[in-house]
Amino acid sequence: MLDLINVSYDTQIPNNVGLSSDKRVLKALEKWHPGYINWWNDLIPDNFQQSLVYLRTAVSVDPKGWAKFDYVKMPEYRWGILLAPQAEDRRIPCGEHAGQPAWQEVPGEYRNMLKRLIVIQGDTEPASVEQQRFLGLTAPSLYDLRNLFQVNVEEGRHLWAMVYLLHKYFGADGREEADDLLRRQSGSEEAPRMLGAFNEETPDWLSFFMFTYFTDRDGKMQLESLAQSGFDPLSRTCRFMLTEEAHHMFVGETGVGRVIERTCQVMKENGIDDPHDIDRIRALGVIDLPTIQKKLNLHYTLSLDLFGQEVSTNAANAFNAGIKGRYMEHRLDDDHKLQSATYMVWDLEDGKVVRKEVPALTAINMRLRDDYTRDASGGVGRWNKIIDKAGIQFQLVLPHESFNRAIGVFANGRFDPTGRRLGEAEYDAARAGWLPSKADGDFIQSLMKPQYEPGQFAGWIAPPKVGIDNKPGDYEYVKLHMA
Amino acid sequence: MTKIIDFQTDPSKYRHWRVEYDGDVANLFMDVDENGGLFEGYQLKLNSYDLGVDIELADIVQRMRFEHPEVKVVVMRSGKDRVFCAGANIRMLGGASHAHKVNFCKFTNETRNTYEAAEADSGQKYIAAVKGACAGGGYELALACNHIMLTDDSASSVALPEVPLLAVLPGTGGLTRVTDKRKVRRDLADIFCSTEEGVKGKRAKDWRLVDEVIPNSKFDDAVAQRAKEFAAASSKVAGPGITLGPLARSFHKSGAVSYSLVEVELDRPGRKATITLKGPDAAGPGSVTDLHARGDQSYLLRLARELDDAILHLRLNERELGLLVFRSQGDPEAVLAQERLLLENREDWLANEILAYWKRVLKRVDMTSRSMIALVEHGACFAGVLAELLWAVDRSYMMEDEFEGDNRPMASVTLSPANFGPFPMGNDLTRLQTRFLGTPEAVTALEGRTGAAMEASEAMEAGLVTFAYDDIDWEDEIRIFMEERASFSPDAMTGMEANLRFAGPETMETRIFGRLTAWQNWIFQRPNAVGAEGALQRYGTGLRGNYNMERV
Repeated sequence: MLDLINVSYDTQIPNNVGLSSDKRVLKALEKWHPGYINWWNDLIPDNFQQSLVYLRTAVSVDPKGWAKFDYVKMPEYRWGILLAPQAEDRRIPCGEHAGQPAWQEVPGEYRNMLKRLIVIQGDTEPASVEQQRFLGLTAPSLYDLRNLFQVNVEEGRHLWAMVYLLHKYFGADGREEADDLLRRQSGSEEAPRMLGAFNEETPDWLSFFMFTYFTDRDGKMQLESLAQSGFDPLSRTCRFMLTEEAHHMFVGETGVGRVIERTCQVMKENGIDDPHDIDRIRALGVIDLPTIQKKLNLHYTLSLDLFGQEVSTNAANAFNAGIKGRYMEHRLDDDHKLQSATYMVWDLEDGKVVRKEVPALTAINMRLRDDYTRDASGGVGRWNKIIDKAGIQFQLVLPHESFNRAIGVFANGRFDPTGRRLGEAEYDAARAGWLPSKADGDFIQSLMKPQYEPGQFAGWIAPPKVGIDNKPGDYEYVKLHMA
Repeated sequence: MTKIIDFQTDPSKYRHWRVEYDGDVANLFMDVDENGGLFEGYQLKLNSYDLGVDIELADIVQRMRFEHPEVKVVVMRSGKDRVFCAGANIRMLGGASHAHKVNFCKFTNETRNTYEAAEADSGQKYIAAVKGACAGGGYELALACNHIMLTDDSASSVALPEVPLLAVLPGTGGLTRVTDKRKVRRDLADIFCSTEEGVKGKRAKDWRLVDEVIPNSKFDDAVAQRAKEFAAASSKVAGPGITLGPLARSFHKSGAVSYSLVEVELDRPGRKATITLKGPDAAGPGSVTDLHARGDQSYLLRLARELDDAILHLRLNERELGLLVFRSQGDPEAVLAQERLLLENREDWLANEILAYWKRVLKRVDMTSRSMIALVEHGACFAGVLAELLWAVDRSYMMEDEFEGDNRPMASVTLSPANFGPFPMGNDLTRLQTRFLGTPEAVTALEGRTGAAMEASEAMEAGLVTFAYDDIDWEDEIRIFMEERASFSPDAMTGMEANLRFAGPETMETRIFGRLTAWQNWIFQRPNAVGAEGALQRYGTGLRGNYNMERV
């Protein structure tokens, strides 16, 4: 009998899927592994590869103790394949097969659709590591450096998880797709990543925090909806990935929060009350709140684009097929089929922004995006509390969904952050007030100097309230190898 | 979908395509305006197309030949990121009447054939430079090009997803070109045509679905390079082009249409349209120089354009008129003189283009699913190229002897070298070869009789017309025939005529218009595709087609 809680290390790849008795898949994965290691080694600067990083490694799927912390060199990290335990008598939660037993094998008729979803999800995982590859060189502390690498190795593990599904369930096609996941590269001219936002650079640490808060949250929502899949192995995989993803959200939310906290603190110390007194604030070596708002605007709107078209055939097909559900599908109180239900979506009619009722099946993307926006607004509220507590008159807000969009009904129009339609010239004139300009980027870049002393933090960011794994403030989270 | 569809357009009106001319290479960008659909109720997302998009393409292909003869290579590419072309718009198809779907497919097929033949006919080679998704009708666009280049960015693919996704066929030549032109092995073709996501990268080349797979970073350079090489390899001498101006055309309240050389009269109760072609209205051109100087006004070019437009108009906009009657009036000798200048100067690009255009127009007549007859009356000018119409139609009637009170010249048919080669049908035979399939010696014999005006008895004896009637019988016989014809089921007529018209060998073209189109049109009638729960109707709703699983 397979031990589903304790991970087997008897093969090269830690797993709880009985890999050692599945010679076919084991062989495929072991063949894929060297390519993966090459990818990793080519990606992360060498001195970090040689450094000892205090990382958590998933060793089990037991909610009470699934990870252990220890120093490890990243290339030696044990990227395992871990699926949440199988729920007894699980049923397909939605679509035309709702209520039937969940699939343990790929249903032939949905093979391509499933494969495509897994490939798209898989493609985003390594992409973010690629986007963040140079951030280690400017880390504001060893604590942050460690968090960056934690996020990176876990994205790597998520890639493994998707590759496992491809190898296990999709035969030769799946193996080919798994190889292509390593072939595509973020921002590459040769073979770019599949989704636009994953081909943008992550140029600085504020971008990294914003990315992990907003863009990884899109990943979380996608995982949430795949966790509802009627294809049980995918559901189980994603359920466990969500456990790790929570840490990424945490890195993002606390990261942005610490930047805000530091700015407010320095403003107070220097008697600056006006958050728009930008030159003075910047002269003190911290990032002014309006610029933080601009970064937020950028990353939030790029992330909204990841949800695709408001009205989408692919999303409708996937839901109806039962291979992708809604956020918290099991908690929703409806027939889970949506064949006659409707949902309100944004649309543009004669140049006006309107809400319109459309068949709910076709609005699955929009619905997930609405859930996302609700989910993302929580942290924004907590950031505002920090500002409020410092007594500064400023509020961060999520811009309107029409602002700065490249996908969906708003893609061809110009809007301000409140959703007011603008002419091209009017928009261009005001743009620098809403989105980071090159000068803003240059300023932030000027602050990006590494701080590798244990317990020390760069001047533009506050220390965290508590350490990782309850370690003290001056803990050496990364033992740097300085060759 | 009842609005009048106009097949005339010009570059100032394009919404979906743009062309950048660069010497002997033209870059043709497909950049479909989402909101530019011909009808309400759908958006042309992802470079999907409807008839309006294809009308522009047909116009571009036509102008490329006449207005830009210097072009030797046309590179077809997408003006959008990440998608080459997603094919025919599904919502448009879902909402369209059966007749519109069929006519849409026919016209798009004719346009594909036209640019596919441009290399052989006009020395214009089409390259498809595929970046991004190239699916369904998108791949069919590429298939009709003479050379397909695919980028290897690990995402771009070619696909024919119609069967798994929509429960219809890739009916714009897709299935046929995969096997007959690309010569893809049938088992691989079976996989390809039933796999929604298609094939990318090296495999696309290995399976012969594309000619080249090129690393993404080198793609644009390789395409430019290939275009240059193909252009350099062409020995075509041409230019400068002529301008194709707007047609002289007026619509009358009755539905009749007048052109400078073509009159279309309608008899709605009798469900027929009469198309009268006029002979040359001026002498000359007397030389090639003169031909060029006359531009789009030379007789045979003007007549071809007008007839082409009239046929398309009747096909799409006058679907109740099941019978087309072709007449002509004019001087047969003058027609032959016009034609002779072209035939004797085929090395001149313009003469060649006009002849090649006539080949296409005559094929368009062949492919028109209406009962067609020709009336060879006194004063008719069915000579040379115009005589081809007599064998394109289903039956022909010729006036014999003098008619009372009719002082027009005696009805005649005159053969010319034009009837023995330059205007093959889709089956690659001339109309005479097809007509006399069982007696090829008859064609040889007729070749010796070119230039002589044959009156009714001679034409009958030679088998060139179906009936010859004198003054006594003429009107009644024709009236009775027309009344009878108008009473038959139009479906049976269409089917019967399509079968009888194309005797002889199969070609890729006949297989497209025959086998592929017939199966597609059958599927277009079946509930599995078009029923309320069929795949086409349900596409986009998230619900799958609910199929009747019985094999028929």
